[in-house]
Amino acid sequence: MIEVVAAGPLLTVQDLGRPGARRSGVPQGGAMDAFALAAANRLVGNPVNEAGLEITAGGAELIIRCAALVAVTGGDLGATLDGRPLPLWTATRVMAGARLRLAGRRGAWGARAYLAVAGGIAVAPALGSRSTDLAGAFGGFGGRALRSGDQLPVGVAEHDPGLARGRRWPEALRPAYGPLPTLRLIAGPHLDCFAPGVLEALSAATLRIGASSNRMGYRLEGATLAYARPCSLPSLGVVPGVIQVPPDGAPILLMADAQTTGGYPIVGTVIGPDLPLAAQLLPGDALRLVVTTLDEALAVARYMAAALAASPEGGDEELLAALAGAPG
Amino acid sequence: MIRWRFTAMGEAAILAEAETVDHEAANRAALAAAAALEADPPPGLRAVVPAIASLLVAFDPLTTPHATIEARLRRLLAAPMAHASHGRLVEIPVRYGGVDGPDLEEVARALGMAPARVVELHTAAPLRVQMIGFAPGYPYLGPLPPALHLPRRATPRARVPAGSVAIAAGLSGIYPAPLPGGWHLIGRTTLRLFDAAADPPALLAPGDRVQFTAV
Repeated sequence: MIEVVAAGPLLTVQDLGRPGARRSGVPQGGAMDAFALAAANRLVGNPVNEAGLEITAGGAELIIRCAALVAVTGGDLGATLDGRPLPLWTATRVMAGARLRLAGRRGAWGARAYLAVAGGIAVAPALGSRSTDLAGAFGGFGGRALRSGDQLPVGVAEHDPGLARGRRWPEALRPAYGPLPTLRLIAGPHLDCFAPGVLEALSAATLRIGASSNRMGYRLEGATLAYARPCSLPSLGVVPGVIQVPPDGAPILLMADAQTTGGYPIVGTVIGPDLPLAAQLLPGDALRLVVTTLDEALAVARYMAAALAASPEGGDEELLAALAGAPG
Repeated sequence: MIRWRFTAMGEAAILAEAETVDHEAANRAALAAAAALEADPPPGLRAVVPAIASLLVAFDPLTTPHATIEARLRRLLAAPMAHASHGRLVEIPVRYGGVDGPDLEEVARALGMAPARVVELHTAAPLRVQMIGFAPGYPYLGPLPPALHLPRRATPRARVPAGSVAIAAGLSGIYPAPLPGGWHLIGRTTLRLFDAAADPPALLAPGDRVQFTAV
């Protein structure tokens, strides 16, 4: 069992989401940095889609009440275990009663850290996923963000956790995290709604994450993409990564909890492998956008899938699940 | 023959948009293609989201390439009636007007008819679920008779009660949960439109037909 002492601004149970539930209008949800959660799961011997904790910005404190194999990945939020620095992206054996603290960002980047525990966070699945749907108030732990005093059940580990301890995820096999990341996007489809040169304007700007950003989407400040004409579209399906532009011209990057449909013109879609970089940004952080091609995006996706598969203990079944980026 | 525009929405989705003002025909084709795709899913299919005049297909591009998905979509959308499916007919009882439909009087005035006539037209014939979106289980129903067409409210409400039945822009909708909303509220149903614990979670699916009845 894991006990929440302090939750910080947002602490939730997440797995890799429920993509198929989009047909019912349910957001995909899941870890904002899906790579970091999948890697954390691999480090502790879990299937990549096991539920873990998404810790946002810091201010979190947890007591792990059972001896367990754990890993913390994602952004560096100053994790300590019983007061000593905890190495990130590393499988670590903890004794019952261990106290994990994540104070807050230490370096120039980092917004979300992921805690995976061997056996996973054993909350009941809803619509095929253990992710917390905050807007719909279902999934995860009672359909809500975690609070001080919550007690989270831990599942039974499938593998002998002793085997994996000390294993570290190589830096070369992580997304290219850092301050001022460049996110690649595939342009379109509604470029005709905007003035010519809209992509150049978007690529030239240094954008900042707006204050009202959350798991549903980021407001991007620093570029105004005016419509070339009134552009009203019939509602259409969208995916996380889509950059839609309301009439005020301020782009919105849709993230994990975005609605399944939208009606604003779409200037482009950030490719899936670059969404972990966006997930590690907080309001006020800067980013750049650059246009890429489908072929390049597929090459990056292949590389990231191979990076996940390169985990020392990755079996074939887990590799396939990782390649699909989907629940098992 | 509807022309469809195909765009890669990121590396893991294809959006097919109809280049036509005939949304009715485009929606029928999108619904039929979605049903055919779900009945015989390509490997790596993640989600199919038919909408008013478009179809979004999310998939794993490392399992099935874009070209294969797009070719399949082109075939399905070109001959939609070959795959036409008949959705269920779902009756939805509605209390019109009063506290349940606070905008009914105003809607009637704007349309130049009596409130009873609005109800008559709204319950005249089944409407098709053209898409589910905006919120879990929220159905876009249409087409409404032209006499009921009017734009959205100038000022959206911050909170619309669950079960509210609304109209705007030639469509009708039902709010599954308390939500912000800009459509005109003409009535309310006690039916539950979305339940995360149910399978399927949404009462309605794209392609179903809805018959409103006044109670």
